[in-house]
Amino acid sequence: MTEVEKRGDRSPVPAGWAYAPAPESTDVVRLQERYGLYVGGEWLEAKEHFTTLAPRDEAPLAQVAQASESDVQQAVAAAREAFPGWARLPGSERAKYLFRIARILAERSREFAVLESLNGGKPIKESRDVDLPLAAAHFFYYAGWADKLEYAFPNRQPKPVGVAGQIIPWNFPILMLAWKIAPALAAGNTVVLKPAETTPLTALLFCDIVRQAELPPGVINIVTGDGSTGAALVDSGVDKIAFTGSTEVGKAIQRRLAGTGKKLTLELGGKAANIVFDDCALDQAVEGIVNGIYFNQGHVCCAGSRLLVQESIYEPVVEKLKQRMATLRVGDPLDKNTDVGAINSRAQLEKIEELVAAGREEGAEIYQPPCRLPEQGYWFAPTVFTNVAQSYRIAQEEIFGPVLSVLTFRTPEEAVEKANNTPYGLSAGVWTEKGSRILWMAQHLRAGVVWANTFNRFDPTSPFGGYKESGFGREGGLHGLEPYLEFE
Amino acid sequence: MAQAPALPRGFELPLLKRLPRIGSIDQVGVEQRAAELAKRSIKKDAKVWALELALRCCDLTTLEGADTPGKVAALCSKAIRPDPGDATVPSVAAVCVYPNLIAPAKERLAGSGVKVASVATSFPSGQSPLDVKLREVEDAVALGADEIDMVIDRGAFLSGRYGKVVDEIMQVKEACNDAHLKVILEVAELGTYDNVRRASLLAMAAGADFIKTSTGKLPGAATLPVQLVMLEAIRDVYEETGRRVGMKPAGGIRTSKNAIQYLVQVHETLGPDWLTPDLYRIGASSLVNDILMQLRKEKTGAYQSKDYFTVD
Amino acid sequence: MTGGVGSTEPPRSGGAGSAGAGAGNRIPVKKTYKLYIGGAFPRSESGRTYEAQGQNVALASRKDVRDAVSAARAGQPKWAGATAYSRGQVLYRVAEMMEARVPELAALCSGENEVHRAIDRFVWYAGFADKLSQVLGGTNPVAGPYFNFTIPEPTGVVAVIAPDDPPLLGLVSRIAPALTGGNAVVALASETQPLVAIELAEAIATSDVPAGVVNLLTGRRAELAPWLASHMDVNAIDVTGAGGLRAELEVAAAENVKRVVSGKADSQSLYEISAFLELKTVWHPIGV
Repeated sequence: MTEVEKRGDRSPVPAGWAYAPAPESTDVVRLQERYGLYVGGEWLEAKEHFTTLAPRDEAPLAQVAQASESDVQQAVAAAREAFPGWARLPGSERAKYLFRIARILAERSREFAVLESLNGGKPIKESRDVDLPLAAAHFFYYAGWADKLEYAFPNRQPKPVGVAGQIIPWNFPILMLAWKIAPALAAGNTVVLKPAETTPLTALLFCDIVRQAELPPGVINIVTGDGSTGAALVDSGVDKIAFTGSTEVGKAIQRRLAGTGKKLTLELGGKAANIVFDDCALDQAVEGIVNGIYFNQGHVCCAGSRLLVQESIYEPVVEKLKQRMATLRVGDPLDKNTDVGAINSRAQLEKIEELVAAGREEGAEIYQPPCRLPEQGYWFAPTVFTNVAQSYRIAQEEIFGPVLSVLTFRTPEEAVEKANNTPYGLSAGVWTEKGSRILWMAQHLRAGVVWANTFNRFDPTSPFGGYKESGFGREGGLHGLEPYLEFE
Repeated sequence: MAQAPALPRGFELPLLKRLPRIGSIDQVGVEQRAAELAKRSIKKDAKVWALELALRCCDLTTLEGADTPGKVAALCSKAIRPDPGDATVPSVAAVCVYPNLIAPAKERLAGSGVKVASVATSFPSGQSPLDVKLREVEDAVALGADEIDMVIDRGAFLSGRYGKVVDEIMQVKEACNDAHLKVILEVAELGTYDNVRRASLLAMAAGADFIKTSTGKLPGAATLPVQLVMLEAIRDVYEETGRRVGMKPAGGIRTSKNAIQYLVQVHETLGPDWLTPDLYRIGASSLVNDILMQLRKEKTGAYQSKDYFTVD
Repeated sequence: MTGGVGSTEPPRSGGAGSAGAGAGNRIPVKKTYKLYIGGAFPRSESGRTYEAQGQNVALASRKDVRDAVSAARAGQPKWAGATAYSRGQVLYRVAEMMEARVPELAALCSGENEVHRAIDRFVWYAGFADKLSQVLGGTNPVAGPYFNFTIPEPTGVVAVIAPDDPPLLGLVSRIAPALTGGNAVVALASETQPLVAIELAEAIATSDVPAGVVNLLTGRRAELAPWLASHMDVNAIDVTGAGGLRAELEVAAAENVKRVVSGKADSQSLYEISAFLELKTVWHPIGV
């Protein structure tokens, strides 16, 4: 078992040649002391507040509103009032509002990226280069559909559903906001969105973009709060609920909406298999494994959390993987050289620790590269378990952390069988240089997204969503419009 | 077709026990990894350390038809003392010239610690009979070259005659005696990363002390993804045999920022052991002055002008 | 507002109307109207001009046509090779640049309404760039163990004979769809109202459109169109504005089997885009 020392500061570990700290300045972000609720184009005071903090050092960042049931109802009423005017606008005019949002988000992307890393814990390199560009692209993409719905659904006379309630998670806050709001608005709906409890700040800053884009009041409403706010939104007078989060909560929502006639889409958890064959491009496959589970600290529903490696190439893969893990820089999310940032919350950290302990107890072998983790804040070293059996908790349950479980297989059929042997079905990875095998595997894997010779690729044009308990409905592409429309 | 003689001990083809093939490279994946590594932000002392290392690893190069003893002598002076205004700035690793200029280079560099590297084997094309190429190597060594930079026979490589490629390298290595041998792959002509890896492994199996990207005579010389492919091949050979082979990117590296990106790759792929002129060189000419300007900026805090640094 | 459609009255110049330098009257700097080829604004290689709308306008020659096609061919791969998202953003940027020039553009055509419609047209097409393959292509369920997919690709260099009227909207309606699909365009502007085309070219030149992707020529349609129609390196020709020349152009186009397209001066549709796309279908076996 490897020692993990704790240290007083947050800079990444020097190894031979120590890269000096390269902090991204936080000057570009101006935080308010306290935020209200954004309803009907105005800021409303809430009765209760809670503190949101920075996971890298638990420093308090701002006071954020705890929306009550009546606050939520007020937001839904504002969305309801704005709906007819918004739906009646020609699609080309709705498009122009969305294009404005896309452009402004792109212009202010550095500000948002810094705030995202500060409030959420992910490396600035990721929020700057992945989250923000994708979020702006998502708005730009759906803007173009607003006046072309007859091409997306020929002969079906699409009409907006009405008011959508949207609940998003803490792992990609601004990106998940874009995934929800863009298609909903393009289709002519108005929305009430609740960001995650631990990551409200970029959603609140987004309200300033709504103001700059001069959107009609009530088209976008943001209410912050904990799980009770989400429950209130589910129960409110919305026409549709879109939820991204844990499978457990997704099931609860599905039960709650049963019989109400409200439309529902769910994007839930996963336990994806990343399958490596002996004829893969080896170094790139190792890179793909690393990216699959350590990107965003493993806080990814489609993370490649199970490595299924062909037994004939087991040793070189695991050896190279461990070497590569040792070059990962864990540290201050706002340092430009950080590869792995902070765990989002104390609650999540405890969950990861519990499952890792279970893995040890069940008999798996653990490896963690030497890593100096700061004293303050929430941190977990990149971890890999070998000698893992399919039945271990660490091979079955979603850990949602930087923890990889390694299993082996002998043939493609066995790989498919093991990969599909889970209640989840969000994503899968396949690494082989053989074209026909890529296509055969893709055909047989029960997953909504199959990445071949790559991993964690997202695009607004590419539909994303799960099979089985990973949820239903797709986001992205033409298909992402469907949940927000009604047809004759 | 020449018979490849028995390989020297310590090298086996195939090089990886479980892979029957040399393997392949995914272009998009390797270019992405190189782009990620290129984002590293190296500041302050880390930057100064890297700049000084880059300088110590430079092979100052002149390979022109118009080279004269006078031109080479001036280059050698620059090599020994790159910044006349600052004696703390270290010398470069070597000066690289055509065989006819070895003598003036040796004379000027005597006692300085800077090595004399000579190209040979009908550089840059390599399209001559083997005996002519070997004779050139022998002559260069006799004239006192410390290092020989040879080119592989790309014609043989691209037409699948790998045995000939390996055989030539082995014979050149023998002709080198104590001089160290760098093998230039000329990556711009090889077409794919798969071929770069294959050529790297063949060169190392045949005895190369260093593998080098380019002659610098073609556009599109060293690139970050190409170096990454070669470094991974070097790492695989080290894991399999324990032998450390050196790396030299050449051509197209003109700015300090770029040079540091190359060093970061070495650091994060092969580790700090390779960060020494004994195992890493950069083939460059105008890079040196850019490094000097950056070093002066780090020391004084002000951006610099070319006017304050000698051209040679 | 200038005198209606088809007028040759001079457009208003900036500032007070009266001529001559009197007390406080500033002499405006008059614009020279040149061609737009390869991202630059050259005069006609023939050195000729003609008068239109009270201005001297370049009278393009067959050599200018030749140069424009050359520039289009050189610039097209980069445009086609860019991501669809990137193309969409560039076309949206053209709309942004046009919006900043509404008064200048309006003074040279029928007015603000036409300009607003032209801008919105660019926005509409910009939003389609990254949706074409989903709507026009897809996978095909062939009866065998093969993965089979169809994707649309640009045809290459498209010649456009723009209608005389409306001079801005007609030109935009005929060039935007070809650009959306990744083609490069050589367009002949309205012969009687050419100035707005060059004004548009200035907006395009400041929009990150790669050099050669859009080329705009002013001159005599009867002189230039046949050279475009017979050019062996042009892949498609839009004859919407050809009028009586149409039959002759179609005959010339047959020499290298150009795709011949004709539409309306004011249309906006996916099928205007697909007219300039080729469909490619790929097969690959599926097996372990």
